[in-house]
Amino acid sequence: MAGHASAADMIREATDANIDYQRLELAYARCADQDAAQPARHPVIVVGAGPVGLTMAIDLARQAIPVVVLDDDCRLSTGSRAICFAKRTLEIWDRLGVGQRMVDKGVSWSVGKVFFQDALVYAFNLLPEGGHHRPAFINLQQYYCEGYLYEAAAALPNVDLRWKSRVVALEHRAGHVELEVQTPEGAYRLHGEYVVACDGSRSPLRTMLGQEARGRTFHDRFLIADVRMSADFPAERWFWFDPPFHRNQSVLLHRQPDNVWRIDFQLGWNVDPDEEKKPSNVIPRIKALLGGDARFELEWVSVYTFACQRMERFRHGRVIFAGDAAHGVSPFGARGANSGVQDADNLGWKLGLVLAGKAPDRLLDSYGAEREFAADENILNSTRSTDFITPKSEVSRTFRDAVLKLAQDHPFARRLVNSGRLSVPATLSRSWLNTPDRDACAGAMTPGAPAADAPVRVDGCDAWFLQQLRGVFVVVVFSDDGSLASGTASALRKLAQQVIPIAAIVVVPPGAPQDAGTGGVVPEGGARGIAVVEDVQGLLARRYDACVGTCYLLRPDQHVCARWRAFDADAVIAALARATCNA
Amino acid sequence: MPATLNTEPNIAAADDFYEALIETHRDLAPEQSGLVNAKLILLLANHIGDLDVLRQAMAHARAGIAPVGDGSAGVAGPPARAAPVGGPRKEAS
Ligand SMILES: Cc1cc2nc3c(=O)[nH]c(=O)nc-3n(C[C@H](O)[C@H](O)[C@H](O)COP(=O)(O)OP(=O)(O)OC[C@H]3O[C@@H](n4cnc5c(N)ncnc54)[C@H](O)[C@@H]3O)c2cc1C
Repeated sequence: MAGHASAADMIREATDANIDYQRLELAYARCADQDAAQPARHPVIVVGAGPVGLTMAIDLARQAIPVVVLDDDCRLSTGSRAICFAKRTLEIWDRLGVGQRMVDKGVSWSVGKVFFQDALVYAFNLLPEGGHHRPAFINLQQYYCEGYLYEAAAALPNVDLRWKSRVVALEHRAGHVELEVQTPEGAYRLHGEYVVACDGSRSPLRTMLGQEARGRTFHDRFLIADVRMSADFPAERWFWFDPPFHRNQSVLLHRQPDNVWRIDFQLGWNVDPDEEKKPSNVIPRIKALLGGDARFELEWVSVYTFACQRMERFRHGRVIFAGDAAHGVSPFGARGANSGVQDADNLGWKLGLVLAGKAPDRLLDSYGAEREFAADENILNSTRSTDFITPKSEVSRTFRDAVLKLAQDHPFARRLVNSGRLSVPATLSRSWLNTPDRDACAGAMTPGAPAADAPVRVDGCDAWFLQQLRGVFVVVVFSDDGSLASGTASALRKLAQQVIPIAAIVVVPPGAPQDAGTGGVVPEGGARGIAVVEDVQGLLARRYDACVGTCYLLRPDQHVCARWRAFDADAVIAALARATCNA
Repeated sequence: MPATLNTEPNIAAADDFYEALIETHRDLAPEQSGLVNAKLILLLANHIGDLDVLRQAMAHARAGIAPVGDGSAGVAGPPARAAPVGGPRKEAS
């Protein structure tokens, strides 16, 4: 897969740094399928080229699966929309070779400040410890995010992007799904073994299947304004409850690249959205925040209401829903696009194995179970934040204000302040793909947890642990300075040669001679050899509660599926079978 | 075994406590008293710390008090089982 990283580098060099992704028009082109006598058949059709559909397409294509992507539009995101992309999302995009570009362009941040009326209540740091490759968050306009994903997808030979191609009908047939696609030159039919519906919050595919997303709509309106200005606020998330410049409501300020700032004003329910979005009404609100002589330009203004909702089931036969089509949250906590990208991350390897005939179709049911569980966690967090930010009753408002007042002096109350519980990935603790702990293990890396990062050295070069996990199953064995137990090296090599290969990583402590660490085992690269990584700061062992012999099995999406105190090839094989529904 | 809320007498100087409680609200408008009570509950809840105990206290406090109206203020109810909605809804572009 190393070839893809260099492809991404090539795009970066070839790309004009000043592309206006908001205005980029993606040309409709006639394709051979439109002239085919019989509907052409494809293994996977992704509907929707938003952040989730594009991530999905890149993941599948990197597994050598040809993907057709259909989008009804010919433009990327209009307006910034999502701006906060979380550490876990960046790690997923790193795996797909597009993370670095996002981070290079984005504004990294991890500190948030909360104000009540005219006083700072407290500040929090979302990533207080060092030793992680990626920051807690970057802020990046959604059009850049989609632009970079689009370019990465377009550079892959087996991604077939079709713009101005609207799915207008869907039918389950034996062994495939038939789609009717409307284009500027008329309609055509297409068959997909699987269809991934990433068609957004109003998902037409959801409607076509007679499904709906259920939940709560919040009776509140938010003015979202992006302004361009030179300002020296730090790269932090600033949140005001009831500030003097916007009484009784909340305000959020965020920095984006290119001197663009996101300002969210809570408006309440009884306002006229058309009036509110007029510059003559927006500008005074912004001046009240920035000061009367602040100079700025309005980039984008919109008024939204938000809902927390989800489909009851994300899988419907051969149609699998991901992203906003499957679930929606209010934006406090930035859990929308971030959780959608995690959906794609979860589904990619499962579809890959099922299409290759290496796992039964049932593995796809685990996508639904795991991501419905994650969606519930996101909806719960986002609902709680919304209820705190926009209290729905007098007493709820009284408690909210009491918390904010107490928080100025009392640390306990700061824990109750909820201006958004920012996106962190779900630990899939209830997944049936996990092998429950048999040995006594502690720490956060429980079965179902997303793998933690740490600094490492590989072949004498500084690197990161998560970079060593390349979209395959990986067994990680912690060793001391000595060699692997006799037979372990050959057992690890055998694991790499199974139908579903398991790559091996041996972790040696700081300063251990790396080649001696495995008794002369030399990394061969790819899934076939045994990679040796030096735990330069000892953080890997700490974060994985590891001692000599501790062993982890990680999934292709970097979630832990099992762990033991000693390497046991049979236990690893059994855990792999369980994690792939082959048990 | 989850801890149990102690509803047996536990304050030695009961009358002193009660007087101090009422005194805390002296000369306050109902709205101000509401805020003081809320702060007091939060402080005490943190002191107790045990969510099982706190839930029992909340249940005791609420017992026998019938709700008025249909509770449609949008506060109650789990998120995933209400009417179908479409959103996020962009109201103006
Ligand atoms: C103001 C605002 C702020 C936000 N902030 C954040 C944030 O900070 N962080 C975060 O993580 N999330 C945030 N979100 C949410 C985020 O924007 C969404 O979660 C994200 O865009 C969902 O991506 P998606 O790919 O699922 O859907 P979308 O981005 O909606 O893409 C769906 C695509 O499907 C296409 N499509 C629809 N119907 C058809 C059809 N019939 N045939 C073919 N194509 C079709 C559409 O044209 C579109 O391109 C925010 C949202 C808003 C509105």
